[in-house]
Amino acid sequence: MQVLIDRYHPDTSPYTQCYDVDESMLSEGMMLLQLLQHLREQDPSLGFRSSCQEGVCGSDGMNINGKNGLSCITLVRDLGQRIHLRPLPGFAVIKDLIVDLGPFYQHYQAIKPRLAPEPSVAADLGQELLQTPEERAKLDGSYECILCGCCSSSCPSFWWNPDLFPGPAALLAVQRFVVDSRDIQRKERLEALNSATSIFRCRHIQNCTAACPKGLNPSRAIQALKHELLSQ
Amino acid sequence: MSALSQALTYQTFHFDVVIIGAGGAGLRAALALRQQGHKVAVVSKVFPTRSHTVSAQGGINAALGNAGDDQWQWHLYDTIKGSDYLGDQDAIEVMCQDAPKIVRELEHMGVPFSRQEDGKIYQRAFGGQSQHYGKSQAKRTCAAADRTGHAILHALYQQNLHAGTEIFSEYFALDLLRQNGSDLLICGVLVQNLQTSELSVLWAKHTLLATGGAGQIFRTNSNASINTGDGLGMAQRAGIPLQDMEFWQFHPTGVAGKGMLISEATRGEGGILRNANGEAFMGRYAPKVKELASRDVVTRAIALEVEQGRGCGPAQDHVLLDLTHLPHDVIENRLPGIREISRTFLGIDPLEAPIPIFPTCHYMMGGIPTNLEGQVILPKQPMGANHSEQIAVPGLFAIGECACVSVHGANRLGGNSLLDIVVFGRRAANAIHQALLMAPHELAVTEDTSNISALLQRYQRWLEPANPETELTVFSLKTELQKIMERHCGVFRDQAHMQQAVNQLEHLEHQFAALRLHDQSALFNFERSSALELENLLAVAKATAYSALARQESRGAHSRVDFSERDDQNWLKHTLFYAEKAQLTYKPVNLTPKHHAPFVPEKRVY
Repeated sequence: MQVLIDRYHPDTSPYTQCYDVDESMLSEGMMLLQLLQHLREQDPSLGFRSSCQEGVCGSDGMNINGKNGLSCITLVRDLGQRIHLRPLPGFAVIKDLIVDLGPFYQHYQAIKPRLAPEPSVAADLGQELLQTPEERAKLDGSYECILCGCCSSSCPSFWWNPDLFPGPAALLAVQRFVVDSRDIQRKERLEALNSATSIFRCRHIQNCTAACPKGLNPSRAIQALKHELLSQ
Repeated sequence: MSALSQALTYQTFHFDVVIIGAGGAGLRAALALRQQGHKVAVVSKVFPTRSHTVSAQGGINAALGNAGDDQWQWHLYDTIKGSDYLGDQDAIEVMCQDAPKIVRELEHMGVPFSRQEDGKIYQRAFGGQSQHYGKSQAKRTCAAADRTGHAILHALYQQNLHAGTEIFSEYFALDLLRQNGSDLLICGVLVQNLQTSELSVLWAKHTLLATGGAGQIFRTNSNASINTGDGLGMAQRAGIPLQDMEFWQFHPTGVAGKGMLISEATRGEGGILRNANGEAFMGRYAPKVKELASRDVVTRAIALEVEQGRGCGPAQDHVLLDLTHLPHDVIENRLPGIREISRTFLGIDPLEAPIPIFPTCHYMMGGIPTNLEGQVILPKQPMGANHSEQIAVPGLFAIGECACVSVHGANRLGGNSLLDIVVFGRRAANAIHQALLMAPHELAVTEDTSNISALLQRYQRWLEPANPETELTVFSLKTELQKIMERHCGVFRDQAHMQQAVNQLEHLEHQFAALRLHDQSALFNFERSSALELENLLAVAKATAYSALARQESRGAHSRVDFSERDDQNWLKHTLFYAEKAQLTYKPVNLTPKHHAPFVPEKRVY
């Protein structure tokens, strides 16, 4: 079996390195991350991020055989005899599979991802802000985002305007607060998206939804936000 | 020019407070301090939302009483009993009293807790919880489905973004800065940018360690790879002892053969443990509460079932966690993350088939000793006659899993860890705020009067290239360390095994001293950061093995075949391990809560 990895270090030209992997070292149920860790033990210069190893921390987003995903929850046996790994597209590469997610984080920060409850109620720690199970259920599908970047990195609108278009992850975060019954800034949040380079830059090709390793649907969330915005 | 001949240079920054670690504890403290207007920096070796709090599943305990009668006093009792009476009762009292307010505060910050029909926060049953001091099962664990840690960590990060906290993301903390000759005045931290390898000195009036756990000392664990006890290593190197390091929680339900966590929430929602005969065996170990006994009890039960030949699978090496009888909507709505983990890592849908599980190293009850305000403390005369008198280390605080306050004693209750980090994160921030108001003046320490040059000298070895012929690598040493600990310091322990652990760790330490790096790149040098982490893991493992070997009793998670009973006469005391000479000393357990009659140690039955 062959693992091809697009290698990059600023001191040299980029190249694709081919590792021949003896299949005897593959175990049943082995994840791609374990295979990468094994390769790094042979070659400590191989660069990639990881942490929780169970798909919750969002560190190890990468492009796996052409599709974005998390290495720690991708089974090696599903990837065929030739695995090609590339850094997440659309971001500047720092080293090998490590990209600069700075622009991605900045878009997230720019949408003001923070609950804004009624200040007088929020100050009272003797009370909970009540929410019915139905109201709470509206957050399902958006609060679970792990900020891995797989969605925004698969989005041509984001590739084209990484400075202007918030990208699916940031827009999903907007939706998380817009639908929260405790939040009082719904209108301002929607207004902030009202420009040709913001939410309307999304053309719903649904690459984001296809890429999300958590099974979330940013495209649908964006659609819902557009409806809200246009019906205001 | 070789790397060696380059003088090490560094940038310098000044802060009121530097917090090391951006998990729930660090971010909660940072938020409170930032909101008070202090100049705060958070140092994290990963982007904040990648910290291990994100993996916490089941929930956070608070006697809100949303799902039946509850009182903080019952929470206090349960936690003390759960700790096998080693927890400090004054600290546990503070935590349980603060809990309801702290959870409502999190809710106001946006944490998407699951809800009951009446709109209040959903609370589920967890192990070791009771109403009326042990009479009936309580439902005290506040949950956001089974992603409570993720929900809390993201909300805290969001709040810190809003507050404008300065975050040094992907910076590794190397060592604490100390004033030369002083009585251990801590004045900041030496850090390294992981991307560029540039060093920085962060001077701080107060330094707060919030570096989390170190479960990576065991081969099978539920911890992130970043959980390497960096704060504990730094504290030890600064001359601070570690407390109660023999107590490690093995979570009963890890994915068999892999170690990732299957939340206690599965049992709280009605899951049943079965052996190879299909028997729901917990009734034999905890007749009253069965699956909802304390974690140490359930873990030993599973280990014994397997040891006595009733394990499942071809190798008879695990038991089954059966959820198939639960209504589908309970699994879909309350345990979606568990279902995802089971399907991903085992190819098993818990709706249809039981999950193979086996205990996995999960949590470190011990840590850096602190008082109720998170201030790091140590005995005034470590080996003197009156070793119970404790003094604070000026400028240094510790909170969360890296600290030992001690609210978990010999065994932590599920749902108390998320609580611990938020309660003591907030308390430490308050204490630091007060200290800054009292003494707002600048630090008097300079480069020349601190240990900076010694720290830089220590760092030099990582610039020396490894002999290309050597088979010694950071990876092989880490694997060896994990095997030693698993073989000799696991769920069941005895003198002979632990002595071997001590001996083998000493040998490993010698090998580590000879370790150098093959990769000299300055750009995200993973080999180097792994080596720095391994140094800390070694420090943690050594403290564990020495402390465990000395404690000749069984208490909570420390279970000895050769001393199978708890011995309050001789061992109702906290261990303190000093690394420098591998010395042990002890200090008394606090048995006097302020607002409740003391709880006298009793036999622990579930």
